[in-house]
Amino acid sequence: MNDYEYSDQFHIISTLVEDKPGVLQKVSSLFTRRGFNIESITVGKSEVPDLSRMVIIVNGNRKVLEQVIKQLNKLIDVVKVKDLNPKHSVARELCLIKVKSEDEKSKLEILQYVDIFRAKVIDICDNSLIIEVTGDVGKINALISLLNSHGIEKIARTGSTAMSRGNY
Amino acid sequence: MKGGEAIIKSLKEQGVDTIFGYPGGQTIPFYDMLYDSDLKHILVRHEQGAVHAAEGYARASGKVGVCVATSGPGATNLVTGITDAFMDSTPIVAITGQVPVNLIGNDAFQEADIIGITMPVTKHSYQVKAADQIPSIIKSSFEIANTGRPGPVLIDVPKNAQVGELKEYIDDLISTPGYKPTIKGNIKQVKKAAKLIKMAKKPMILAGGGVIISGASNELNTLSKLINAPVMTTLMGKGCIPEDQDNCLGMLGMHGREVSNLSVNKCDLLIAIGCRFSDRTTGKLDEFLPNSKVIHIDIDPAEIGKNVDVDVPIVGDAKNVLSSLVKQLKGFESNNDSKQWYDGRISIKNSFLPRVSYDTTPIMPQQVLKEINSALTSDTIVTADVGLNQMWAAHFYNTTKPRNFITSGGLGTMGYGFPAAIGAKVAKPENPVLAIVGDGGFLMVNQELATIKEYDIPVIIAILNNRKLGMVYQWQNLLFDGRLSETDMGNTPDFVKLAESYGIEGQRITEPGESEIAINKALKDNESIVLDIVIKKNEFLPMVPPGAAVDDILGEFKHESDANNGDGD
Repeated sequence: MNDYEYSDQFHIISTLVEDKPGVLQKVSSLFTRRGFNIESITVGKSEVPDLSRMVIIVNGNRKVLEQVIKQLNKLIDVVKVKDLNPKHSVARELCLIKVKSEDEKSKLEILQYVDIFRAKVIDICDNSLIIEVTGDVGKINALISLLNSHGIEKIARTGSTAMSRGNY
Repeated sequence: MKGGEAIIKSLKEQGVDTIFGYPGGQTIPFYDMLYDSDLKHILVRHEQGAVHAAEGYARASGKVGVCVATSGPGATNLVTGITDAFMDSTPIVAITGQVPVNLIGNDAFQEADIIGITMPVTKHSYQVKAADQIPSIIKSSFEIANTGRPGPVLIDVPKNAQVGELKEYIDDLISTPGYKPTIKGNIKQVKKAAKLIKMAKKPMILAGGGVIISGASNELNTLSKLINAPVMTTLMGKGCIPEDQDNCLGMLGMHGREVSNLSVNKCDLLIAIGCRFSDRTTGKLDEFLPNSKVIHIDIDPAEIGKNVDVDVPIVGDAKNVLSSLVKQLKGFESNNDSKQWYDGRISIKNSFLPRVSYDTTPIMPQQVLKEINSALTSDTIVTADVGLNQMWAAHFYNTTKPRNFITSGGLGTMGYGFPAAIGAKVAKPENPVLAIVGDGGFLMVNQELATIKEYDIPVIIAILNNRKLGMVYQWQNLLFDGRLSETDMGNTPDFVKLAESYGIEGQRITEPGESEIAINKALKDNESIVLDIVIKKNEFLPMVPPGAAVDDILGEFKHESDANNGDGD
């Protein structure tokens, strides 16, 4: 269901916004008010001083998308809005998973998954591990579903951030 | 210089002569400094009055209206008016007091997160952290409020910033790299529009409030006559073209003029200018403009394609785009089809002139509007409240100049009309001002009678008193099987005595002909008066039911020719 790369309904919007209090609230309330579902939203400093980059994964049809981009552009604190084409951009999410590992057998199996998915074990204790995995949403979902049989205690996901390739 | 003094200096530098406000705990320092200044302050009787007056001031003059309220309840009392200004693109700056910065977030006495509350209904907002920021913030607020698509800007000023000393008065504009309104229309788009116009056989123009804001009335009129396109207006566009002029068909929409509603779906080209295709204007979208191309000119790109699909979008200021469009059409010769269409619409308009003459009692609202029309001069500013009174005013009052008809369009704020009239009169003291209100809306704001008495602001208040919440009452009668739930106002006060208790003349009017005499006298005396005009309670305008097509009209229009044929009721 999170596979936005393969669906017309999901869009990646990358925005440059002024690094000021209240901007995140303005952007997120705009989405709520216009009935546009946010799948995830990430914010952090950008390459430009005093500007943050916000990457928003949204769910909705083209017409609503167009309206939301226009409404975002109307916000004074929003400097630039770009609808990233999934074909010409890369998106990555980071996820931490705390999974039970009651015995050696299960621990070994989990470590195999970690290896195959090029994830990392970043903490280990008697009966659980914390795994860090980065990748597109599909990959993370696949790992989560494999680990489910071992018993997942906690999941923390950042939501996707994204960037256009080359000169796109 | 202290922060409060910097507010006053900055406002004056922006050309502000009058502000509307109401003091409170967190604005005492500002008011203390105002005491020694020559900036005129009008003390209203409720903060809602201040913000609507600021709106009326802005709408009448085109300048930014300013209102001031204290923190907490003072600030929240502004919210309706700020939302109203946001919906109707009215440039205002609202200044609110706030608890000192070190108390913000502690649920201090009279603390409210007014920035957060108003975020979805302001064009922008600033919270001052220190006195030094005040000059820049005020200058930037005015810039944002009155450029591009105008709108409300809120400035929240904590008490410590009002008393803090400025090191230096620096009023550089705050950098807003994300704010670049497009004024000039893209020439390629203008050429495409000209091409469509040349092919059109039945062109029409729909003009909205943007034409008035941009001051594009002359350009609009030139285009209309050049290409044989009769002009319909939205409620907000009323007055952008003289309504007694042939090419103005009148308002379109749910409560629109017969000729406009019946014509719009017959056109083959609609040029929409400075309007946003509100549901009240278009009716059912699927059945709106079945055979028509659409050119949409607006300064706000988000309005283009939002409700109606557009063939040629042009983002830009109406005046700028229209003059370049007219230039593109140089040498244009209209075809016979469009000439016939144009003459046809005008002849329908003239044969459909709505009936306004009635000699019956209780007085018919149409008759009141007829008397208002004949009493008022063209420089009179008329404000209307919200509801049936507003629709009668929109329908039957002939506005001949832009900015001379002021009402709450998008938000439909009852209680707007009277305080907006106060603001309009303050902005334009030379122009007579008349507020058309209903008994319901007037009761929401009647305390402002004390304000007009105190400051000697002559305003004529015409209450169309039907003892009902008329608009809802109409819907209940027409659409809810006559189940009249909670729309009877029962014991309305004696408005004449109410006016007199404020020291203002009141007069009850029960017979046709009396309104005109009373208005003429008030105009001559240049005095305020409250006219309690007792009108027929169950008189409704034909309307387009919600969700129906714009030409699917419920009820029948009566024509002035019927009156002459003795077909009265």
